[in-house]
Amino acid sequence: MFDVEAIRRQFPILHQQINGKPLIYFDNAATSQKPRQVLEALMHYYTTMNANVHRGIHTLAEKATEAFEATREAVAKMINAPSKEQVVFTRGTTESINLVAATYGRAFLRQGEEIIISAMEHHSNIVPWQMICQEKGAVLKVIPINQAGELLLEEYEKMLSPRTRLVAVMHVSNALGTVNPIAEIVRLAHQQGAVVLVDGAQAAPHYAIDVQALDVDFYVFSAHKMYGPTGIGILYGKRHLLEAMPPYMGGGEMIKEVTFQQTTYNDIPYKFEAGTPNISDAVAMKAAVEFVQQTGFQTIAAHESQLLAYATQTIADIDGIRIIGTAKEKASVLSFVIDGVHPMDVGMLLDAKGIAVRTGHHCAMPLMNYFGIAGTVRASFAVYNTKEEIDVFAKELRKVAHALR
Amino acid sequence: MTIQQIQDEIIDEFALFDSKEDKYNYIIELGKKLPPYPEKYRTEDYIVKGCQSKVWIKPEVRDSKIYFYGDSDSTLVKGIVSLLLRVLSGQLLQEVASADLYFIDRIGLRQMLSMNRSNGLASMIKQLKLYALAYQAAETLK
Repeated sequence: MFDVEAIRRQFPILHQQINGKPLIYFDNAATSQKPRQVLEALMHYYTTMNANVHRGIHTLAEKATEAFEATREAVAKMINAPSKEQVVFTRGTTESINLVAATYGRAFLRQGEEIIISAMEHHSNIVPWQMICQEKGAVLKVIPINQAGELLLEEYEKMLSPRTRLVAVMHVSNALGTVNPIAEIVRLAHQQGAVVLVDGAQAAPHYAIDVQALDVDFYVFSAHKMYGPTGIGILYGKRHLLEAMPPYMGGGEMIKEVTFQQTTYNDIPYKFEAGTPNISDAVAMKAAVEFVQQTGFQTIAAHESQLLAYATQTIADIDGIRIIGTAKEKASVLSFVIDGVHPMDVGMLLDAKGIAVRTGHHCAMPLMNYFGIAGTVRASFAVYNTKEEIDVFAKELRKVAHALR
Repeated sequence: MTIQQIQDEIIDEFALFDSKEDKYNYIIELGKKLPPYPEKYRTEDYIVKGCQSKVWIKPEVRDSKIYFYGDSDSTLVKGIVSLLLRVLSGQLLQEVASADLYFIDRIGLRQMLSMNRSNGLASMIKQLKLYALAYQAAETLK
């Protein structure tokens, strides 16, 4: 039996007052809070084994390297990667996407070829592709969406051709909550010989990802949205692609041999991990992986989907409210606008009541333009949120909407 | 009333509220009471740059005194515009240009706003004073 109170006890930050009210944290799509295991793992790393990884022969260096590589292995298992070498540590989703754009793009994208993204993408899955398309004289195409916030797959299918080099789409929309049909998107792209990168930043906290079942070429996500530390993220790639790609940054660790005439590069994943990595956060990420696995993705998704349904229904009758993002398949994101009310005003008034939500364009300005709005208020739920919190949120939102209209 | 007298009056009014929420509600009320903004001035020319929400300010000068119309798409910001106009609108150009707006810190306005919105507030004040300064310079030239 799922015990949300037991889960909450593992998150020290939740137990505090904001502006004299108990904190209600509904900004999980921006970053989730961290359970005690993760905080302790950070402390444990620095108090018992801090050393630089990989080249040291002393005991601490060995321990640190083992812990660092243990996370790589845990992540590989979590996403069912065929081998741990296919899991590259980065600073986060944004860096993972930039890495692929800069290396795969630079090496393989040709003039006149096409990259397909979607209308709901986060800026970090738009701008790196724009940059490489400009550099290479390639064309960026955009899969349109409908008013519910779902991709128009038939349009996507028409867009695909032998000129398509790469398709980059998000698994779950940060602004709308839409869950995209990744397996189908990948299948169609592969028929045309295109590779697919999936931005899994908003999916990894909620669902068990199987990169082999999805047959994705690249899958990227961040630790900090899935109960782990900030500043560490993952790039998964198919082996032959990662091996064919040139390095991203030059420096230590990514080399095999350096002379002033020539450098030979290290094998994957190290080829892409120049410089001292973010060791402590990588080590602590393992505790986050264990947290989601012990809690169980099914349990997490089931609880969050109950919260989403309850919240959607509870705020639906507020005067002038309009939910933005009504896809059939949705993760725990509730985005909305209230007619005649500025989203930021709602955010500030809710904050006065201890409720943390996000307001604005959610780094998806083209998407906001499509809906003809400047931004939304977004409440996003995690495994530690409760129905009681939603009751308070709905009650306060009702008051706020009334006051502002 | 002088700029100083009006500021002191506002400080007294805000002294009645002890929670952030009560202050917000009062500011919202003020925003709703702000006289309507003339639609013909709702153009790019009168938008204050540096605000996250849209803010329009239109100045007018009569007998060396400057008058402002103001508006915003945010009700809270509209309330803040209303406070600023109450202090500065109808005052002598030179008084506005050199005004020390101490009431903002005394009523805790900056603490009520997020950092982004605080920057917007600074932009608004700068714009109001710039208008006064520009008209003052123009009058001196005459």
